[in-house]
Amino acid sequence: MDPNKVIICRCSDVTLQDLHDLFKEGYETFDEVKRIARVGMGPCQANTCGKIVRKEIARYFNRPIEDVEFHRMRPFTMGVKLSAIKEAAEDEEES
Amino acid sequence: MKKKAKYVIIGGGISGTSIAYHLADAGENDIVLLESGYLASGATGRCGAGVRQQWGTESNCRMAKMSIDFFEKAEEILEYDGDVEFKQEGYLIVNSNDEEAALSEKNVRLQRSLGIPAEMLTAEEAKEKIPHLNTDIVHSATFCGTDGHLNPFLMTDAFYKAAKKRGVTFYTYTHVEDIVTENGAIKAVKTDKGTIECEYVINAAGGHAQKIGEMVDVDIPVFSQNREILVTEPIEKIQGPMVISFSKNIYCQQTPHGSFIMGRGDDRDAGYSVHSTWKFLDEMAKTAAGLLPPIGELRVIRQWGGLYNMSPDRQPIISGCDVNGFYMACGFSGHGFMMGPVTGKLMSEMLLGLEPSMPLEELALERFEGQDLEAYETNVV
Repeated sequence: MDPNKVIICRCSDVTLQDLHDLFKEGYETFDEVKRIARVGMGPCQANTCGKIVRKEIARYFNRPIEDVEFHRMRPFTMGVKLSAIKEAAEDEEES
Repeated sequence: MKKKAKYVIIGGGISGTSIAYHLADAGENDIVLLESGYLASGATGRCGAGVRQQWGTESNCRMAKMSIDFFEKAEEILEYDGDVEFKQEGYLIVNSNDEEAALSEKNVRLQRSLGIPAEMLTAEEAKEKIPHLNTDIVHSATFCGTDGHLNPFLMTDAFYKAAKKRGVTFYTYTHVEDIVTENGAIKAVKTDKGTIECEYVINAAGGHAQKIGEMVDVDIPVFSQNREILVTEPIEKIQGPMVISFSKNIYCQQTPHGSFIMGRGDDRDAGYSVHSTWKFLDEMAKTAAGLLPPIGELRVIRQWGGLYNMSPDRQPIISGCDVNGFYMACGFSGHGFMMGPVTGKLMSEMLLGLEPSMPLEELALERFEGQDLEAYETNVV
């Protein structure tokens, strides 16, 4: 399969070839790749690409996948509107 | 790991990488940079990505202007193969009342006297810049069109690559454990990967700068504080300038990528935690939806925290001290990213004994020895 046509991160449109290019340049961890290519920074927050990127790092550098660290898990697990947060906060203040 | 180097820089954020680049570009070729995580993993990569010149002290204005001048040509100067996403669409600083407007007028006069093209705007003029601004709660504003946005990760990457090309050695995921001195002078830096003998240590450790100071018994009068921030899903472009308000406690801008980044500060204890809180989220949502109503319809996808390294007068400390060979660039009080270029330039001039590009008295560690500080920066969110 042509690595230029394999999409790894749908949010930020990153291909397998993009990943390999970054590995070659010396970016070897999920956090490093994330900062340059934006993998895991989109609306899915790495819920889609996270495992694939870690697997590719493990494969490329011949490391056990459990040693490939993931980024820090932070809120949110899915997007929430600011207006909904505001309304909930105001409801709580009133009650 | 190398056993010896002339300079050891501690911290791989914008300050450390810029210092490394400027020293190497001036011809120094024996430089090591140590970073405990990945590059820009501290405050640089957690910041709001804004770069502005609208400050209330002369030193901050000068530093910010010199840095913006650099950012305008950064890709060319550093021969960067990427795009640092520099966008100059201005900062709109909103005033809420007469008192704030009077201070803004004073600040704009200072900024203009230093060549910064800032101006006062009425609420109506502000609305022309930001059509979705809720002018019911806006008194007036100031605007500077050459302020803007810059990608912190990629700007750091650009300094890193340029420094590496000039011979600087980088060790990431390397923890500094101690600094050895002898007869009041720097001797070596101990890390978890080995010890490096050196003549100079440059402390660019951001939120952890005071801990590095303690290693050589230098009491740096700074403390760190968690400041939170959030990002929304990306949408089509609706906002050019960054909007900030000191009294409403908000900064909010749309990045070139389309997402909105916003943050605010609150009173909390000094510390090193960078955790996320519900309180921030509630207050941020109320403030953003109040000042910029349509933004309320955007979905938040992530929130995070980072450390402000606060100095007593909210101006940085770029200085040597009484330990021979120990230098520091810290205490940026939330604005180290935007002052990165000039930090590197001033530090390299200081180390090489060159004529400084701007007066350094207001940035020296000694300024805190007396009780009365000459200048105090109020323009901090």
